[in-house]
Amino acid sequence: MDQTPKTHPVKPWTFDDYTTSYIRRAAATGIYDIRGGGSKRRVPHFDDLLFLGASMSRYPLEGYREACGTGVTLGTRFAKNPIELDIPITIAGMSFGALSGQAKEALGRGASAAGTSTTTGDGGMTPEERGHSEKLVYQYLPSRYGMNPDDLRKADAIEIVVGQGAKPGGGGMLLGQKISDRVAEMRNLPKGIDQRSACRHPDWTGPDDLEIKILELREITGWKVPIFIKVGGARPYFDTTLAVKAGADVVVLDGMQGGTAATQDVFIEHVGQPTLACIRPAVQALQDLDMHREVQLVVSGGVRTGADVAKALALGADAVSIGSAALIALGDNDPALEEEYQKLGTTAGAYDDWHEGQDPAGITTQDPVLAARLDPLQAGRRLANYLKVMTLEAQTIARANGKNHVLNLEPEDLCALTIEAAAMAGVPLAGTDWIPGRKGDF
Amino acid sequence: MQTLDLEKDTLRDVNATLQSQGAQTNQTTWEIINPKGAHAIACGLDAGIEVTVKGSTGYYCAGMNKSAMVRVKGSVGPGVCENMMSGKVVVEGDASQYAGATGHGGLLVIKGNASSRCGISMKGIDIVVHRNIGHMSAFMAQSGTLVVCGDAGDALGDSIYEAQLFVRGSVKSLGADCIEKEMRPEHIEKLAALLAEAESEADPSEFRRYGSARKLYNFDIDNAGAY
Repeated sequence: MDQTPKTHPVKPWTFDDYTTSYIRRAAATGIYDIRGGGSKRRVPHFDDLLFLGASMSRYPLEGYREACGTGVTLGTRFAKNPIELDIPITIAGMSFGALSGQAKEALGRGASAAGTSTTTGDGGMTPEERGHSEKLVYQYLPSRYGMNPDDLRKADAIEIVVGQGAKPGGGGMLLGQKISDRVAEMRNLPKGIDQRSACRHPDWTGPDDLEIKILELREITGWKVPIFIKVGGARPYFDTTLAVKAGADVVVLDGMQGGTAATQDVFIEHVGQPTLACIRPAVQALQDLDMHREVQLVVSGGVRTGADVAKALALGADAVSIGSAALIALGDNDPALEEEYQKLGTTAGAYDDWHEGQDPAGITTQDPVLAARLDPLQAGRRLANYLKVMTLEAQTIARANGKNHVLNLEPEDLCALTIEAAAMAGVPLAGTDWIPGRKGDF
Repeated sequence: MQTLDLEKDTLRDVNATLQSQGAQTNQTTWEIINPKGAHAIACGLDAGIEVTVKGSTGYYCAGMNKSAMVRVKGSVGPGVCENMMSGKVVVEGDASQYAGATGHGGLLVIKGNASSRCGISMKGIDIVVHRNIGHMSAFMAQSGTLVVCGDAGDALGDSIYEAQLFVRGSVKSLGADCIEKEMRPEHIEKLAALLAEAESEADPSEFRRYGSARKLYNFDIDNAGAY
């Protein structure tokens, strides 16, 4: 046997294990990979920012004695009845169809217990969802599945969905295996067929048309409820500017870590900007228009902790929205279900074939047996607890920076750990006064 | 007859007045004068009243209509009676893009021509166009009936689901998964009733029927080139 020493086997960086498995899967099936969730790649994020805290030049507030407000009001620009929230964290739009009825009920219960809003999704509003959600935002989507003026008037706000962070420029797809009798009826389509949601609205094109569409929606709802415009993280400065021009009360900005029920993996991972890169341009647009705080900005896409909440607010957002994190709080990807995830060829924490409807947690399914596994009361309680913890954490940080309301956090309270994060967030690199990309910097 | 004048009254006042009419109202007949192309006229109505708009309108006239009968003595801008639930809307002139878009029910009659994307994503509405329609009409049409007494433009019924299309004249081209289908007696009967209700004297026997081939209902990689 040849005893010549050999170098250690090296797998190419370009063709790592994941990449080769991707090629083998593509070669075997001839179809791209579809999955749920948001971007899984490592991108600059809130973790790359730190708060400075108070010291000689700033004084802090006492954590257990001095008040730190968390309430926010959304929709103060035109609506007669803006939405008053106790906390600056809302639940993002997720459809009945993509989620089970039990999951939607749990989201409503949890959000209501925490004093915040939840949001419908593609497919319309269910009575259960309306009943269990003290404040409900009704999404106005290109598909218009289930859209009707009665539900529109029952909503506390209307969210016109132009795009979402997971797939800016893309529509939706609910595959046939999740189309139950009820879902089919709500969407006015035959049972079992794939339901495509268009990527553009059917009756308007561009911000000038949208301005008129908003006029119509306000006329139908008597100018009572706020109109949100949701955009994916594509061109946040211009998208925010045009949303304000079109008449939005609130801009919802969703970065690429924001989840979806199902779309192509290539879309999720290669289209759109990280949440961190989107916030400052959007805030700048509002400031340039003298509309910051007049038109509220809600940021979503990878918000997980009270620190993330505080950082988004410090960068200029008025509130955040959570989707994937809320599902985890309900029980999604729980390691207790590892054996069942293994049977599906995956592992807890990585399960993302939500479109197949076999979710062992009973959340992203229409299978009545699986869906019955989720207790809406218990899951709602877990969500309420989670929202409470995030709010307490955001307050902790705000007090440490001397703020008596979480909305008083500001970019000056932040520094960045990396040059990339400093450039994206528009805050100095830690230990310097350098903000890469600012005028005069080379 | 109650008269609302958009030269004197605001759009909000006009719509609020019409929207406040309940099912038991005695004021069942209304006219709107001086519309002058305003948008969102008579949208969100929810009672069996009759409204005549004397002149042409802008976008979304009679949007999301329920129960009401709206007649426009002029032409309409984009999105007339979009997402209509029930009732009847008659346009004496022409209609711009997206006429009857996403409508769930009721009847839309256009006595002139309709532009592109007529009946886009329709979900149960019936639409009768006395003359011609533009391209991409009945795109992703889910259910309901589109009747065209004249010609249809390019890509009629692209990605259609279960809606039924009847065209008397030529069809420039059919969209993906849309095919001509046999015209059976029940279709003639249905068409005749719709034409009568739409004040059209067209002969039902002169129409051809189009609908979904149902080949794209579930994604199949071998059909990727069809989109």
